[in-house]
Amino acid sequence: MDTLQKMISWLPQLLDGTRITILMTITSTCAGVILGIFLALGKISRNVVISKLCSAYIFFFRGTPLLMQLYFLYYAVPMFLPALTINSRFLAAFIAYGLNSAAYCAEFIRAAIQSIDHGQFEAAKALGLSYGQTMRLLIIPQSIRRLVPPVGNEFIMMLKDVSLVSIISLGDLTKVTRSINSSAATPLVFIPSMIIYLIITAFFTFVFNRVEAHVAKKE
Amino acid sequence: MSMIRTENLCKSFGDLEVLKDVNVEVDTGEVVVVIGPSGAGKSTFLRSLNTLEEITSGKIFIEDKIFIHRENNKTLDKMDNAAFKALLLEMGMVFQRFNLFPNKTVLGNVALAPMQVRKKSREEAEAIAKRLIDRVGLSDKLDVYPSKLSGGQQQRVAIARALAMEPKIMLFDEPTSALDPELVGEVLNVMKDLARDGMTMLVVTHEMGFAREVADKVIFMADGQVLETGTPEEIFSAPKTDKAKQFLASIL
Repeated sequence: MDTLQKMISWLPQLLDGTRITILMTITSTCAGVILGIFLALGKISRNVVISKLCSAYIFFFRGTPLLMQLYFLYYAVPMFLPALTINSRFLAAFIAYGLNSAAYCAEFIRAAIQSIDHGQFEAAKALGLSYGQTMRLLIIPQSIRRLVPPVGNEFIMMLKDVSLVSIISLGDLTKVTRSINSSAATPLVFIPSMIIYLIITAFFTFVFNRVEAHVAKKE
Repeated sequence: MSMIRTENLCKSFGDLEVLKDVNVEVDTGEVVVVIGPSGAGKSTFLRSLNTLEEITSGKIFIEDKIFIHRENNKTLDKMDNAAFKALLLEMGMVFQRFNLFPNKTVLGNVALAPMQVRKKSREEAEAIAKRLIDRVGLSDKLDVYPSKLSGGQQQRVAIARALAMEPKIMLFDEPTSALDPELVGEVLNVMKDLARDGMTMLVVTHEMGFAREVADKVIFMADGQVLETGTPEEIFSAPKTDKAKQFLASIL
């Protein structure tokens, strides 16, 4: 009984952290997908400079640890370039996660675009549509359907990656859990915390499955 | 007047010569059918006319004006860009695999190019589209997505889609080869209807019945070359070359 009461007393703090975790996951995944579309288009561009730049970006963000990127952006960049100091921890984390996620999204978005039947490009060209119109009106909308599963996967990964924000002292669910763990001197708090993670994951898995079924209907 | 004329059209993919000095002329209002064994370069020839394939060398004339002239993979002469693009839009193409846009309805497929390329209003583009969809007999399928249509229906939509750009010539690249036999007729009927209306057509096909009935001229291609040109009667009843005789014997 005592244990249960304790857990309930932690709930308000845990829910505060949950709010940050969910907000960060949603905003940075959205930013990652949008930026990822541009990176993917850049990488398959016939312009060699653009293509190489995008490849370099993807290489850098996939080739270094997210934790270090976050740390670098929040602590190191202001030392070299004080003008780029980011005071909001949330904003700093959002930028780091968004930039990082974009690199991963770019790869599966590129794969989705390249999996579209070449005949689509030919039909569009024969009708006189420009490359931009073909991408915007036909190829990207057709890719969306194939993008739902990997975006869902990226979202669930992000949900867990967000736990790294504790290094810049942003109070997400993991950070709050660890604070309670040390102040209450009991590891019990990990149980409700993990249950919350599972609930969020289950909820968003359900949402992405519904979205997938919905877009499947439209073709 | 000649609608399209080619002079010594050549196309190579690396070391492989797919087209060797192809000289073809299609007059305005004429239906020209290209036949020949697979690998003869028929599709490549068709696709090089609307620049889906870039020719290695040769000249293409449209309405007796130079459209493009290339030698050794370099463009020597070309119509000015605006006129070039305008003429490209006047070549409608129908593909073997239909290539309808799966994210657009039947109406959306047909109205897309008039709206996006010709910059017509949605109302105007949809009015044109509805008229053409009606012409291919699919008025009851306006809001249906392509995946819900049979192959024959999809190809009819693809024909309407090409017609929506008001082409002066229609290029058909084996339009019935991907269809179940019982669906071939409905597509050929739409094509016959177009021919009767005086559309200039260049058709790559294995449908010899269609060639006999509709073609003004039949071209027999093999190994990247035009081996025979003549009326259907001449080609089918009295082929001159051994290759044509063999081919016709194998297919009829």
